[in-house]
Amino acid sequence: AEVAELRARLRAVRHTVLVLSGKGGVGKSTFSALLAHGLAADETKQVALLDIDICGPSIPKMMGLEGEQVHQSGSGWSPVYVEENLGVMSVGFLLSSPDDAVIWRGPKKNGLIKQFLRDVDWGEVDYLIVDTPPGTSDEHLSIVQYLSATHIDGAVIVTTPQEVSLQDVRKEINFCRKVKLPIIGVVENMSGFVCPKCKNESQIFPPTTGGAEKMCQNLNVSLLGKVPLDPQIGKSCDRGQSFLAEAPESPAMLSYRSIIQRIQEYCEQHHFQEEKIM
Amino acid sequence: TLAERTNLAGVRHILLVLSGKGGVGKSTISTELALALCNAGKRVGILDVDLCGPSIPRMLRVQDSAVHQCDSGWVPVFVGQDKAIALMSIGFLLERPDDAVVWRGPKKNALIKQFVTDVAWGDLDFLIVDTPPGTSDEHISAVEALRPYHLLGAVLVTTPQ
Repeated sequence: AEVAELRARLRAVRHTVLVLSGKGGVGKSTFSALLAHGLAADETKQVALLDIDICGPSIPKMMGLEGEQVHQSGSGWSPVYVEENLGVMSVGFLLSSPDDAVIWRGPKKNGLIKQFLRDVDWGEVDYLIVDTPPGTSDEHLSIVQYLSATHIDGAVIVTTPQEVSLQDVRKEINFCRKVKLPIIGVVENMSGFVCPKCKNESQIFPPTTGGAEKMCQNLNVSLLGKVPLDPQIGKSCDRGQSFLAEAPESPAMLSYRSIIQRIQEYCEQHHFQEEKIM
Repeated sequence: TLAERTNLAGVRHILLVLSGKGGVGKSTISTELALALCNAGKRVGILDVDLCGPSIPRMLRVQDSAVHQCDSGWVPVFVGQDKAIALMSIGFLLERPDDAVVWRGPKKNALIKQFVTDVAWGDLDFLIVDTPPGTSDEHISAVEALRPYHLLGAVLVTTPQ
């Protein structure tokens, strides 16, 4: 009955993409926000961004929605809209103060994630993007379990070039395989820094073991792209502004655009294949 | 007291390294703090309670080590030039380094309790506890399990943004 309830609510969602890592601080939320903005740039598409990082919800700040509250209606919880075609949900909107710590054990976190899927009136959605916390635990198991009621197109896995990150990301890739979650591909963030003054490139996080490229080769997953470190990205996130809008011609944005396009192509192809089967 | 007859009886100070945010350098700082204290002649142990993403073994170049049992429980892995730092991490219990630890809260809590009470730390000046990001199971369990002992306090790590 629970699964049926979730299936009914998520029936109008065409594509679902999970943004995962395993490692913290590599840019999952940053990428999720950018992906959402990028997809919503097409005004004919309806985009939903769901933040299931219960302890450290970054999405409200990154989307410029701090201080917003969730409203209830007859049809459920209303997402907070950044644009007409871009709705957001996060535990951040349920806190009375942004510094309130959500100190919950697994079962309570799972309960909220289920509510986010069951009680939020997303409406018709072309893309549901789910931002996750680092790790391979309750939140990840639950989201995969609950979303089995609909379907997940796949996971985008974010990393940085150094081995300490890749070490955790390999575990995440194994998690995806364990729970049969297709991997759309890997994004390598903070991949090099070009000095705006001397134009020299430095590796702030040196890929001592070959970076994401080598890892993807070894594990037979797609490398969607590499994004350089750009201080403007962090600034845009802090200010809740869209990096897409702030720095559309920067090298980082060019990388992001190519990655977003590849994700769209993957989803469209996946959808087409599903329709063929049906 | 019960505390006196346990594996933590010989530990003088316990320090938690926390953040909330991931990727800010908790494990890096835990490692550097341990090495610095060791250099200053202190006996140091590191307890890595990041079960999903244990970074400490690699940072101390002991990722290929295994742990052994003794009468009082697990023997920590001794690292450093003179084997002066004692380390316990789930990293040592994995069959393969890329194995994902896909556990829900209760199972994580059980292992953390064991890491606190069943590791034969011996005499230490400092036990540094490295944590994963967040404020959830691992943090609640670690604090609850460590509360009867000499919990010195927490060092919080962040980045500027």
